[in-house]
Amino acid sequence: MTVQEVGQPRKRKEDARLLTGRTQWTDNLTRPGLLHVMFLRSPMAHARIASVDVSAARGMPGVVAAFSGQDFAAEQGSLPCAWPVTEDIVIPDHPPMAVDEVRYVGEAVACVVATDRYRAADALDAIEVDYEPLPAVVDMNEALASDSAKVHEAGNKAFSVTITSGDIEAAFRDAPVVIDRTYVQQRLIPSAMEPRAVMADTDGESFTVWSSTQIPHVLRVMLAVVTGIPEHRIRVIAPDVGGGFGSKLQVTAEEVLCLLLARKLGKPVKWGESRSEGNLTVHHGRDQIQHVRLAADSDGRVRGLQVGLLADMGAYLMLVTPGIPMLGAQMFNAIYKMDAYEFGCTGVFTTKMPTDAYRGAGRPEATFAIERVMDELAAELGMDPIEVRRRNWIRHEEFPYTTISGLTYDSGNYEAATEKALALFGYDKLRAEQADRRDRGDPVQLGIGVSTFTEMCGLAPSRMLGEANYGAGGWEHASVRMLPTGKVEVITGTSPHGQGHVTSWSQIVSDALGVPFDDITVLHGDTAIAHKGMDTYGSRSLVIGGVAVVKACDKVREKARRLAAHLMECSPDDLDFAAGAFTVRGTEQSRTIQELAYAAFTAHDLPEGVEARLDSDATFDPDNYSFPHGTHLCAVEVDTETGMVKIRSYVAVDDVGTVVNPLIVEGQVQGGIAQGIAQALFEEAVYDAEGNLLTTTMADYLLPSAADLPNFTLDRTETPATSNPLGVKGVGEAGTIASTPAVVNAIVDALRPYGIHDIRMPCTPERVWRALEGVRR
Amino acid sequence: MPRITVTVDGVTYEEDVEPRVLLVHLLRERLGKTGTPVGCDTSNCGACTVLLDGKSVKSCSVLAVQADGCDVVTIEGLGTSGSMHPMQQAFHEEHALQCGYCTPGMVMAAIDLLRENPDPSEETIRQGLEGNLCRCTGYCNIVRAVRRGAQEMGQAVTRS
Ligand code: FES
Ligand code: FES
Repeated sequence: MTVQEVGQPRKRKEDARLLTGRTQWTDNLTRPGLLHVMFLRSPMAHARIASVDVSAARGMPGVVAAFSGQDFAAEQGSLPCAWPVTEDIVIPDHPPMAVDEVRYVGEAVACVVATDRYRAADALDAIEVDYEPLPAVVDMNEALASDSAKVHEAGNKAFSVTITSGDIEAAFRDAPVVIDRTYVQQRLIPSAMEPRAVMADTDGESFTVWSSTQIPHVLRVMLAVVTGIPEHRIRVIAPDVGGGFGSKLQVTAEEVLCLLLARKLGKPVKWGESRSEGNLTVHHGRDQIQHVRLAADSDGRVRGLQVGLLADMGAYLMLVTPGIPMLGAQMFNAIYKMDAYEFGCTGVFTTKMPTDAYRGAGRPEATFAIERVMDELAAELGMDPIEVRRRNWIRHEEFPYTTISGLTYDSGNYEAATEKALALFGYDKLRAEQADRRDRGDPVQLGIGVSTFTEMCGLAPSRMLGEANYGAGGWEHASVRMLPTGKVEVITGTSPHGQGHVTSWSQIVSDALGVPFDDITVLHGDTAIAHKGMDTYGSRSLVIGGVAVVKACDKVREKARRLAAHLMECSPDDLDFAAGAFTVRGTEQSRTIQELAYAAFTAHDLPEGVEARLDSDATFDPDNYSFPHGTHLCAVEVDTETGMVKIRSYVAVDDVGTVVNPLIVEGQVQGGIAQGIAQALFEEAVYDAEGNLLTTTMADYLLPSAADLPNFTLDRTETPATSNPLGVKGVGEAGTIASTPAVVNAIVDALRPYGIHDIRMPCTPERVWRALEGVRR
Repeated sequence: MPRITVTVDGVTYEEDVEPRVLLVHLLRERLGKTGTPVGCDTSNCGACTVLLDGKSVKSCSVLAVQADGCDVVTIEGLGTSGSMHPMQQAFHEEHALQCGYCTPGMVMAAIDLLRENPDPSEETIRQGLEGNLCRCTGYCNIVRAVRRGAQEMGQAVTRS
């Protein structure tokens, strides 16, 4: 009896190598004669470049070359934006190395190529750049004022959209309750632990680029488009990649420039970023001002929702910069039914690092706003926040349900997840303790925060992406090959960087082909091996890529069936497949899939029209997004004397559909929750009025450590997705999306008796204390 | 250029190094010990943690010349060929790593933590690993792994 692999908490195949230091981080790699690249970066947020003089650097020991933007001007092209969200969007030219003008602190203005990194660093100091300062544009509202300095010739507005569904005016007309709030989604620095690195080499004709990227396939296409080097002469390899969280879903200046340097010099070059360089120049996340209005009846039923966003694009539009706020366009209404919805968004240019995807990308922002506002509605009506949600959410029996924003949620069970979470949390008991502390006037108040979130995952179907004017498809590809000895090689177009695809895909294949888990290997992240792929982001890998693996296995099995029928002289329909073997129904006669792999290899006796291989390719493109959901509950203790917030307990019940590997799913949720808590309590990228980033190091940008975070209590409900045969929904972003509002709701809940109904994130002790001081006066 | 003698993972090296070269760069770029990664430039992340004469240090904040005459153990020198150190094994069992970038430093720091406190509470582990950042795991499983590693190591000691 074989155990089904899907659902088992398999320990990861990836671990042993990573645990013993046999790693292939890009910065570990070397080539004979490798040269090191370093970039000189603008210290000014906005300036004209009057001159760049690299001649002194060129003469320094160990220096092989030094270049300014002018030296690349003819060949460097413009970094791509693949998501023009409106017809009239302004997409400014974005040279990988600045030539005439710099628009954010950290933009590359020159580079040095030297025999080692110390020599390169020395030579950077010898480069002279003459800047003519221009005014910085830091604040979005000021940027939109008619007298603002301009980031680009065309002005500071990148795009503006409004989407309406239902009669929004009617929804607000005579509404007994209107909640009107403005929330700030602070700018965040994704902070994958592995800083970026790029290596490029050439044999004079073709090029290989190794990069710490989430998107080797997309990068290859884009490098070809940007540089004009033919695509078939570029190979991109993503070796071990140390986290991404969206920050490595990018086509970066450094990737383009390293490729061009390899071409200019005919030598291998490598660049590895320092953390402070990375804080300045890895794209940032979030950064929205959200104006939210909600109309409701006096019994708590939501009538309508109006959302107006200002989204900070930073200085340029990078790969999917303008698409990020638009990923929230259909998510503010979340799990709630309502009569009308309006979403408006204006993308604004500022002289700051561009923003782009960061874990959740558009959906955490939307979820935060709606979940905060639902709590405000509950408070306004004197109702329990759970009850307000219950009155408005889509009931289990109503699925599939088409929401006011036009998405069709295939499945969900908000009741079940919420019931489970409430029980685990001990909701009633905590409410009683809260009441008691309030009565006693305890200086340490208890707050309870709720977040009943959903999100859209998968970033597919391609058809819907096309409708949203996204520049690529959303399919994924897989190949499955039976090797002559019966082992299996799986090639996936996804590009894992911590998610454990090698393990999960092995489990899927083990079930589909009946081969042992240990007999399966998974290859990825090299465009010469995984020739087709759409890579890893948007919680899409399992939902799209894992399903492509299933589809490829299905084809392999059908090929094997034909071969088995031929060898056992029966009809394919007379064969049963179980535990990796085809048996002629009603007989003892059988062939294992391993035997069939060998038979296909020797090809001594193949049926007519069957090729000498037992392998197959498949792509998968679903017909809908997937919609994980869950209920997160957070209890915080707020010290009203110091402003200190302590998370006392955190319960998360997630429904991510079918679970392939519970260990990996839990890990994703834990890490996700931590990142969401980090936004709520700790992290913020701060620019001063001159456009200088003040949080350039890990000493200034507060990533939480183990000492700053609690344990989480996790559980699941499993409502399989109907949009794919595995029933999976995606889990990479769920925790991050859910947790930020749960924490802030809890803090506000603790402080509500003081007349406080918002604290701006991150809710630092200082901010909490100041809010309390404000009302004490 | 000063000449130093340093033992790394059981092998003794004699190297001429510029005084400004960091230990982590000596390890990675000269000795090929790329198992120890670099995650920051302000000694905050702990990714580069190694044992220097048995105590954990952030090898990005030690100069190579300061390691003259010392014994360095990196993640590559733990365990024996064919079997992992109990702490490495515990990280595997508890799914305490995702991308694995923080892992070498985390494991080295955990081993050093147990040197001072062989049976640490969850709270002690959380405080003790404060100087090692992980962006992937949310730390829950790392804390569990260190507890498990402590138990395994405790047993290993009593057995021998
Ligand atoms: S690299 Fe040494 S502490 Fe970050
Ligand atoms: S496992 Fe990725 S940083 Fe810790």
